[in-house]
Amino acid sequence: MTTADRSSPPDSRPSESHAVGRRGFLGYVLAAPTLVAAADLNLRAPAAEAQGLPPVPSPAIAEITDLSDMLEYSAAPTANLITVTVNTDGTVSFELPRAEVGQGITTSTAMMIAEEMDVPVEDVHVTLADARPELVFNQITGGSGTTLSTYTPIRVAAAVARGRLLQAAAVELEQAVATLRLKQGVITDLLGNSIGIGELAAKAASVRTEEVPVQLKANENFSVIGTPHNRVDALTAVTGRKKFAMDLKIPGALPTMVCRPPTLNGKVGSVRNTDAVATMPGVTDVVAISTGVAVRAETFGQCIDAVRALEVDWKPGTAEGKSDASVLDELRAAEIPLVAPKGETSVEGDFTFFFRSNSALETNCAIADVRRDRAEIWSAQKNPIVTKETIAAEYGIPLNAVKVHVTEGGGSFGRKLFNDGAMEAAEISRKIGKPVKLMWHRADDSRQGRTHPMATSRVRVGVAGDSVLSYEQRHTSVFTDFSHGFGEIITASAAKLPVADASFSQTIFTYTQTMPYGFGATTQLLNETDRGFNTGSMRNIYSPDVTTARELIVDQLAATMGEDPYRFRQRFLQEERLKAVLDEVAEVGRWGRSMPENTAQGIAVHTEYRAAIATLVEIDCTPETVNRPIRDAVAGPRVTKVVCAVDIGLAVNPRGLEAQMMGGINDGIANALTSSLHLTDGYFLEASWDNYFYTRQWNSPPELEIIIMPPTTGKPGGAGELGVASAQAAVACAYARATGSVPTSFPINHGTLSFEPKPNVPPIPESPTDGLRHAQ
Amino acid sequence: MPEHTFRLNGEQVTVDVADDVRVLWVLRDLLGVTGPKYGCGINVCKACTSHINGKAFNPCSVSVGDIAAEDEITTIEGLPDTVDAELHPMQQAWLDQDVAQCGYCQPGQIMAAVALVRRAAAGGRQITEADLDSIRNICRCGTYFRIREAIKAGAEKM
Repeated sequence: MTTADRSSPPDSRPSESHAVGRRGFLGYVLAAPTLVAAADLNLRAPAAEAQGLPPVPSPAIAEITDLSDMLEYSAAPTANLITVTVNTDGTVSFELPRAEVGQGITTSTAMMIAEEMDVPVEDVHVTLADARPELVFNQITGGSGTTLSTYTPIRVAAAVARGRLLQAAAVELEQAVATLRLKQGVITDLLGNSIGIGELAAKAASVRTEEVPVQLKANENFSVIGTPHNRVDALTAVTGRKKFAMDLKIPGALPTMVCRPPTLNGKVGSVRNTDAVATMPGVTDVVAISTGVAVRAETFGQCIDAVRALEVDWKPGTAEGKSDASVLDELRAAEIPLVAPKGETSVEGDFTFFFRSNSALETNCAIADVRRDRAEIWSAQKNPIVTKETIAAEYGIPLNAVKVHVTEGGGSFGRKLFNDGAMEAAEISRKIGKPVKLMWHRADDSRQGRTHPMATSRVRVGVAGDSVLSYEQRHTSVFTDFSHGFGEIITASAAKLPVADASFSQTIFTYTQTMPYGFGATTQLLNETDRGFNTGSMRNIYSPDVTTARELIVDQLAATMGEDPYRFRQRFLQEERLKAVLDEVAEVGRWGRSMPENTAQGIAVHTEYRAAIATLVEIDCTPETVNRPIRDAVAGPRVTKVVCAVDIGLAVNPRGLEAQMMGGINDGIANALTSSLHLTDGYFLEASWDNYFYTRQWNSPPELEIIIMPPTTGKPGGAGELGVASAQAAVACAYARATGSVPTSFPINHGTLSFEPKPNVPPIPESPTDGLRHAQ
Repeated sequence: MPEHTFRLNGEQVTVDVADDVRVLWVLRDLLGVTGPKYGCGINVCKACTSHINGKAFNPCSVSVGDIAAEDEITTIEGLPDTVDAELHPMQQAWLDQDVAQCGYCQPGQIMAAVALVRRAAAGGRQITEADLDSIRNICRCGTYFRIREAIKAGAEKM
């Protein structure tokens, strides 16, 4: 279904109907030896600006820092451009200014380009762009915002390329553009003559940069967007050829690790045995840094031995003496009061959510080569501009002499919004004057890495008969660190200021927390306390906890009114899209079916990122299941089935969307049932995946059905974090119904310490040597 | 420095390194074989799962001094050669089910899956849900359901 009319030369374009007008955009052809088409990354469809992404900072925030660097880089007329390059071998290249950390954006981006250019997806090669300061706010990967923000600009660039290729083909084939047909990377005329786009790559190139109007393909003509596609990097992943930062061979970059303090963010006092450790086998360097004592060696195994051998006197950290209980007291003291009177006509709840680790399977890591006059970094980063600008500022290196390469990441979940690994690697490399390959040990990543902040959520709802009059929610959280900023150093610096950061949190909370039910006068307020922790988002920020508290209360409201939880939600939900996903899971998941004792269903909804999602779960809380024996694990209740219906407006890649929902569901299960950090004496006890109980196979649902709703808005919403909230809430609701007792703190097993804590001195455990005995 | 020799993905290799360096670092840091990933270093996350003489093991927890010259270590890179094909059926099943998300744990998942199916087959039986529940490899992206589906499909072709 490809015709040439929409990319015909400007003068022959059809007159714009209303529908066509909304698809009309300006792109560029850049001066280059082969065809390079471009679009402004800040270009967005008008309707896309209405909601969604966090706001850019106000002028007041921007005024407090030096704007000159930013202005210099963003002043050039083509500064914000992203480019689609057609190569002479017929392939198409695109450098995506985002981080691929598993969410599938290299695949969906290749699909968008393939769709708009009518080339095979396999011929589109998407790589990750180095840090580009000129993109300013537009090189951050977070808030489920990648596809939201790139959907239109990438297609505009691709459409420009397609139009140029057709024009070049028209000259070659001596035919009118309108009679040509581009399909699968080959242009054919009515006589059957054909020419591949590779042959046209040079001929379609431009000697000067030109502005080009284009029409984007109409949704009804999509054949790639909306059709399930496997990941473009799947083969490299299953063959072990996919390269992560620690797999790169950078000359001289030897394995490096850090001996870290016994308590959170403690500092080095003195090192008692530097010389002895420096002579250990393989060790090349030992140096104290701001976060501990770094060692560099021939192998990581020798780094581990050296870290364990170091004798260090430590200074106190930022959470000295604190525990879960003392932080809970701080949160209680910071809670904003509920206003509505408490009484017989109110339904209320008070919920606690403990610290959780956003540690990915690939720990914090980076390769750094920082010299006096230049620096180069390789690391999976969602905010590479901040890394580049901070290194330049910190070490007095010209910005253009700092190269920051974005490697493919082994998961993120919020962790890689921060550049902790890269900045630490840079500090070590600078101090010893050699390249380093820095890797955090798992124990480091769990104990000293970033966490989802501990929080309480109080809810009070005013009821009269079968009406709901008011809904108040007071969410109180340990301070959430937004100092990663929104893409570049100006916002990052502003967020480090106490006042600015508080407003960041409030703004994010206000922007992300919506109330899907018509519950009368509604207030949802956030207050934050205690800056002593390394926090950040964790596959979403506030939504999963806020939603879990709300949905548990919704079930109680339904019970108060003698209504079925599904029917009650149906009655009070405001949006048709939410009602539709709720109906879908209720029907497919057979809501209300008869279930054995100690098992139950739970149902919950969530809306965010211009999307609507409903999740239905079934949980087994029978004693035989809860107490099933699994070595070094939390068994506990088993979620046996999940049905999820999701409407993100338009799914670019339904198979990828399904994968994101699956991941979000397993995060929700973990948050509700098993995953948390225990704070004791100023440090987190968890130091291993057998201490920190993220969902494992024995906890994951054996039955899973994800329903992608047909396109509604015609534009993609966000997906990466979307699945967590309603899954976490539905599990909590199911647990309450199965056990007859509403849980008030999460995860539900937090009160039981299910492991023997590892020592915190030395900070990392020795690797065992009995592996052969366990070979099976 | 002691010399250690063993078979790796069908070839005899020799390294000069202390006895107690764990095999994971010999593979990754000295031999440049990076399919097995680091996830914990204490035989918990299973991201480095590889095979020794056909059995699943975790090289993070074995000293290179304990490996004999005739021992055959197979990493994800050498898996296809064990069936003389471009891809092992389990890898193909992984592609068919589009299992990988970030991909970091996937070499270990696949190596664990192959060994699991071999153990079941040696016991004369099919893979069960209980077998799948017993897999300890962590996938922090949470693609567990597709892993289960892929193992069932891959087992059919092994």
